Amino acid sequence: MKVTLTVWRQPGPSATGRFETYEVDEVSEDMSFLELFDVLNDRLIGKGEEPVAFDHDCREGICGSCSMMINGRPHGPELGTATCQLHMRKFQDGAKITVEPWRAASFPIVRDLVVDRSAFDRIVESGGYITAPTGSAPDGNLILIPKAVADSAMDAAQCIGCGACVAACPNGAANLFTAAKIMHLNLLPQGQPERWERVTNMVQTMERYFGSCTNHGECQTACPKEISIDFIALMNRDYIKAQFKQRRLASQRG
Amino acid sequence: MTKVSEAPKARLERPVHPAPKEGRRRPFIVEFYGSAVAKKWLMAVTGIMLMGFVFAHMVGNLKLYFGEKSLNQYAEWLKEIGEPILPRTGLLWILRFALLGAVVIHIVSAAQLTRMNRRARPDRYKAPRDYAAATFASRTMRWTGVIVALFVIYHLMDLTWGVGGAEWTSGEVYQNIINSFERWPIAIVYIVANLALGVHLYHGGWSMFQSLGWNNGKFNDWRRMFAIGFATIVVVGNVSMPLMVVTGVVN
Repeated sequence: MKVTLTVWRQPGPSATGRFETYEVDEVSEDMSFLELFDVLNDRLIGKGEEPVAFDHDCREGICGSCSMMINGRPHGPELGTATCQLHMRKFQDGAKITVEPWRAASFPIVRDLVVDRSAFDRIVESGGYITAPTGSAPDGNLILIPKAVADSAMDAAQCIGCGACVAACPNGAANLFTAAKIMHLNLLPQGQPERWERVTNMVQTMERYFGSCTNHGECQTACPKEISIDFIALMNRDYIKAQFKQRRLASQRG
Repeated sequence: MTKVSEAPKARLERPVHPAPKEGRRRPFIVEFYGSAVAKKWLMAVTGIMLMGFVFAHMVGNLKLYFGEKSLNQYAEWLKEIGEPILPRTGLLWILRFALLGAVVIHIVSAAQLTRMNRRARPDRYKAPRDYAAATFASRTMRWTGVIVALFVIYHLMDLTWGVGGAEWTSGEVYQNIINSFERWPIAIVYIVANLALGVHLYHGGWSMFQSLGWNNGKFNDWRRMFAIGFATIVVVGNVSMPLMVVTGVVN
């Protein structure tokens, strides 16, 4: 098959960018979208041109590196799919495809389609962990966790930090990412000692870098792991509770 | 073609919103209001207050259909509630100030959050976006909000202060409404503004549950149904009045 790619080219962080159009033929429909770019880059290098810079690593949907805005949607039109797992058979022969980097003030463009997502690291650094004693591993199932809780925490923990939620959000908000990173710990018993500190610090760090949530729901549709905005509501609940909570009573139950 | 004009810096990312000043302990209210999540929570709480008002206002005004005496008596009763522990119109003024406070918090929060969101994405997407989930209502909240706010100002001028251009007499609520709504351009303004209010309520009536953190798998489907039901009742009730007067059914 043959496709027409319109790709954002930008030589550096403060350079001006523009769209370039490339005709790519002899594309196999079994290729992934990233392999399409591998083919394009091979041909560009053959012609002595600069290849398109794009982020990629595992190519199996678990690393969160790929970050392309494809035809106005993060990771393209398929639901629950990262760019690396989007196959060319999902496009029509002769399709015109426009590819842009994520756009947000806190995701500055490094080059072409590569953006710097370090702001996510700042959020996780401010509370996305538990403090656990080192030493020998404890016996399994010493801490009992209801099945529904474990399932829900695992749903949130699926977040791969790709940034599609920010890219999709009309407000450039990172509430889905932050909620996933907070709630997978705040739901579990192991996360309880730092629960109120965690939600306060991570939300406040998030708000220094990103926009605010207006409940459009674009993020959960764009998320390659289909993380639900239910977690945003749970984060909001924990944040407001944390502001009124008397912290010295935090160990009391009920 | 493209050349590497500069090496990527070690750390490109910088906070886009100013940090609160270090060292000084801020009062709880200031600290609380400083957060966007808290502002959305406040918008939900004030939104509920305003929804309560809108609903009660509509139910009260439906007395238009029970005749002049019924509506004017109801208007008189509004001034008397709270007596004798409160002076005449005492509770009315308390409610008015509470509503004014709610309106101010709702609008100021919305304006500040909008500025925050603009700063978070200064460069828009250069190619068209393909929205998958955002609705017409959610994308136009700012505009429907502005329309409703401007309408409320005119509505107060028209039927509370009597400076809206129609013949107006204090206490003659029924006749004042007829005088105002008989002007068909004004009837259209009332109808359009209430449709905008309905669109605003369709998103706000659902969104508030998320902002308040009221999320429970057992009841989540009810949240959208509540928003649709509430918006429909308010719009049908409010639009019917100018419609019935301008078409001459009520006169």
